[in-house]
Order: sequence, then structure tokens, then C-alpha cells
Amino acid sequence: MSTAVQAAAAPVDERLLRTSPLRRVLGRPELGAVVGAVAVFVFFAFAADSFLRASSLSTVLYAASTIGIMAVPVALLMIGGEFDLSAGVLVTTSALVSSMFSYQMTANVWVGVGVSLLVTLAVGAFNGFMLTRTRLPSFIITLGTYLMLIGMNLGFTKLISDTVSTKTIADMEGFPEAKAVFASTLTVGGVNFKITILWWLLLIVVASWILLRTRVGNWIFAVGGNEAAARAVGVPVRATKIGLYMGVALAAWISGQHLLFSYDVVQSGEGVGNELIYIIAAVIGGCLITGGYGSAVGSAVGALIFGMTSKGIVFAEWEPDWFKFFLGAMLLLATLLNHWVRKRAEATK
Amino acid sequence: MTTATEPTAERTTGDAPLVELEQVSKYYGNVRALEGVSLQARAGEITCVLGDNGAGKSTLIKIISGLHGHDAGSFRIDGEETRLAGPRAALDRGIATVYQDLAVVPLMPVWRNFFLGSEPTKGRGPLRRMDVEFMRRTAHAELRRMGIDLRDVDQPIGTLSGGERQCVAIARAVYFGARVLVLDEPTAALGVKQSGVVLKYVAAARDAGLAVVFITHNPHHAYLVGDRFVLLKRGAMAGHHTRDGITLDELTRQMAGGDELDDLRHELERPEAAAPPVTADADEGRPRS
Repeated sequence: MSTAVQAAAAPVDERLLRTSPLRRVLGRPELGAVVGAVAVFVFFAFAADSFLRASSLSTVLYAASTIGIMAVPVALLMIGGEFDLSAGVLVTTSALVSSMFSYQMTANVWVGVGVSLLVTLAVGAFNGFMLTRTRLPSFIITLGTYLMLIGMNLGFTKLISDTVSTKTIADMEGFPEAKAVFASTLTVGGVNFKITILWWLLLIVVASWILLRTRVGNWIFAVGGNEAAARAVGVPVRATKIGLYMGVALAAWISGQHLLFSYDVVQSGEGVGNELIYIIAAVIGGCLITGGYGSAVGSAVGALIFGMTSKGIVFAEWEPDWFKFFLGAMLLLATLLNHWVRKRAEATK
Repeated sequence: MTTATEPTAERTTGDAPLVELEQVSKYYGNVRALEGVSLQARAGEITCVLGDNGAGKSTLIKIISGLHGHDAGSFRIDGEETRLAGPRAALDRGIATVYQDLAVVPLMPVWRNFFLGSEPTKGRGPLRRMDVEFMRRTAHAELRRMGIDLRDVDQPIGTLSGGERQCVAIARAVYFGARVLVLDEPTAALGVKQSGVVLKYVAAARDAGLAVVFITHNPHHAYLVGDRFVLLKRGAMAGHHTRDGITLDELTRQMAGGDELDDLRHELERPEAAAPPVTADADEGRPRS
């Protein structure tokens, strides 16, 4: 089959035949995650009777989407060779800014939503700017941002609301519309789906497009794979990295607005620890921890594994405490598998 | 060999050099990295920069390729005094640099590497995208033209041999219309056969009318292709020769530090060296017998 396709392409080398289609599949970064996802799916399909019900799958997809929305830009950032430890609490920051600005300053929630977008993007730009200016490891820079954001989330909320959570904004103008955009439920064929699933799919498509088909995508792979070489051939390394951090911030804004409009109040201490889950999803999805390799689709499969495991344990009526154990085991297995697959793929020469 | 390249030298002596450095100096704090170095790179000529580790070769490259500015002296492109703002500016002026170890991104496919930083696009607005088909086809064709026959331009460039990677980088520079090609130790990490392959492409680039600046610490490689030889030593000029003004032996001697080498030979001399030395004849005789 592949020979016919290849014969149609312009200059074909007869030795191409030695690259079997199987080899091509093995060379994909997301392969390990797909194998893992199928295994987890089959496992819970047998272990939990209710797992295969449409409503259960919708719950699984919802759980996956809340992680997946962030895992997509985090994966791009990791391909670009950097971490963002502040991503989890930035989601909370974004929700808090939106909620408190709306409540204190204006009668329309959309103003708060807009201000929140600016503030969140500014935090992303700050991360990227600090990284490219100081050349310190992103681990340190974003760890600093992470701690500062935790402090500011709690500090400002207490200062403004006198408690650790925000006041409800459910009765404010624009709330129903904003809820429709960020936190509504759609019914397809009698099954309810959260709108975050659509946001997630949109981000996967856009990120894959950028990564695989645009110049910026080429630059992302290059700054993560060999920053010095990228700089030497004229790739705007600094702008690429700042852009990647702002991409994470954009997704944090979407996540944050979802958080706010699903519950109409925000707990200021939320989000701590989520940054690691995003990174885990990206790594399970085939992102190389050292940068230069990975895919957006892979991170989505990683998030799906996360969703299936976290909800599958509940459907199987096990102790939810075991979830973290499964996640850790999955991370190790997926990374080992990815490592092995990549070695096999690269040994083809 | 000498006579073969002489016409080239004569043909271009009338033109202004594409790149000219005159008494250029560079300091890092109070460290003198380069002082009073002059060099000319002319179209269709290979200018070799020879020097030991720490002689200032890398600093010289960084100035020509726009990574660092010079602190004193004059740097002219096409006879015009210049200060490059960065590698991009150097590329825009037609100066392409091929680095020994940072030439490519190993995990990226050959075609992505080939066009990195100058990707051709099609479409508009949000649909503006890389012309992937064109990129694949062109990378394959250009490499084949240079004599590198890849079975798959989708393979990560890290799977190519060191010599092939150098050649991809050179082919890339030639394709993007470089007028001046700066090569940073292209043969340093290579075996004899691979070095030969790379030197062939260096000569091919010269024949295509490029000015080549060939940085190396191997006088044998330099003498095979070079038209001019600039010797650096501890950041300063230790000599400037044209091809007809110096022999390989003299070049090797100067490069190795001349008198220092004699001292070294003396130090390393074995007690029994007074006896008939092991000569090259013995080695040459072996395969024949």
C-alpha cells in the first residue's frame, strides 16, 4: 500500500522500500501513549461494569479535557525545551482576577474576563521574558513564579474578600453568556458533554497545525532540540520561547474561566500540584523531557489516560487513593516505552 | 596542485574582497581574545585560518558571523564598513556560517533542518504554512546535487554521519545564496575518508563562486584546498601567506609553532632515537610486501 503512495510522490529512492509502514508508526512520538491508552481502556472496560456507558465516557472525557487543555501548550513548551511549574496556579490566578475584578469594579463579567486574559498573558510573558533575559533554568524561574502566584492568590483574595474564596458573581450581567462559552453542557444524542471537550479539541487541532505545518512549529522543535544551532541559523529563539509561555497562559485563561463559570466562586488555594499533572500528561504523550521531540496529540492521549484512570477507579469502586499510584506507574511505563521505541526508530539508518 | 589554483587567484585579485578584516581586535573584559588580525575573503577563493586551540579562531568566526561585535579595527563587507547586528544580519549580507558541532538539530528531520530559519511558506493569514512538499523535494534534490544521496529526507539528521551533516549544512548555505561561507573546523571530528568528502564540497562551493573562510587546525587539509593562509597564535596574527608563497612543510612547521615543535621533539626524544629512526619507509613498505 505504501509503495503505491510513494511511487506517486516526486523523486523516490528505491531504498525507501526498506522503511516499512510499521517503522513509520513506531517513529511517531505518541505511539507509547496510544498503546497505554488502549491498555487502560481495556483494563477498566473489564474491571468496571459501568465504564463503557456513554455517560461514564462523557465523564472521562470531561476529566481528560480539563487536564488536556493545559497539557497541549505545556507539551509545546516542553518540545521547546522548557518547563512551566506555575501553570497550575496560574489557572486559579486567572479565575480569581476575572471574578474579583468583575465583582469589585464593574457590573459586567465580560470586563473581568478580558482583564483576566491580559493579566494571565502578562504572567506568561513575564516567565518567558525572565527566562530569555536571565538564562536561568526555567525550573527555577517558574518555581519562583509558582510560589509568588500562590502567595498572591491567597493574599489578594483575603485582602479583597476577607475569606479564602471569592464572592459569587452568578447574578451579574453577562454571567449566563460567559457560562455558555466556558462551562456549558451540550447534549449530543442524549448524552451530555461539557464544552471543555470542544475547547480541548480546538487546542489540539491548532497546536498540531502550528507544530507540524508552520514556521513557528519548526522553530519550536529547533529551540528545544538545539538552541545554539537554531540561533545560529537565525531562528528568533527569544520570541519563540516567550510565545510558548504565553500559549500556556492563554490555555490557563481558558481553564480559569471554566473553573469560575462552573462554580461561580473560586477557592484561592486551588491549582497547586496540577502543573505536575500537565507535565506528566505531556511526557506520557511522548514529549522528551530534554526538549526537541513530542506532539500535541500525544499530550491529549496522555490526558485521556489520566481521565480514564481517575474516573475508572471510581467506577470500579476502588479506593481513590490508588489513583496516584497508577499515574506514577503509568508515567514510568510510558517513558520507558517511548525511550525504547525511539531507540528502535533511530536505529534504522 | 599549486599551479592548478593559481589562475583562480589571479582572476579575482582585481575585485574588492567580499569580506575584509583589518587590524581587528576583540576583548572579553581584560582578556585579549583577538588583536590586530587581518583577513580577506574573495569570491572563488578559499582563505584558510589556521591556529591551535585558544589561538582566537572561534572569536574570529563569531565576529564574521555576527555573533559578536569587534572592539577595534575595521570590518568591511563589499568594501563597506560594517557592524553586524546578529547572525540574521550576517545571513542577510550573504555570510553563512557552518559550525562544527552546532550546525544542526539532531532530532529534526533532514528537510526541516535544511530550511531551518528560512522556511518557505504558502497561503495567507492563519493558513500561512510551510510548503512541506517543496521543502522535502528541494532538500532531496539539493543534497543529491552535492552528491549526498539520502534514502529518506524524513530521517532525523542525527542519524547521518558527521561528514554528511557537514555537507547538508554546506549545501544549505549554498542553496540560500550565501556569497561567503565560513566553515568552523569542518573536518575536525572526521576520519580520513569523511574529511576527503567534506573537502570536496568545500572545493565545490569555491568553484560555485563563493568566498570560503575555512577554519582548521589541520595544515594538511588547509593546504589541499586553500588559496590564502592566515596563521593565528594566542589571539594575534602569526603570518599571512598566499599559496605560492609557502610550502606544506613550512605551513605545518609554522602552524605547529616552529621552534616550539623542535623543543617538543627534543623533549620527547627517546634515548635510543640516536639509533636509526623508524621512518616512513617502513610503513609504506608493509602493504606491498
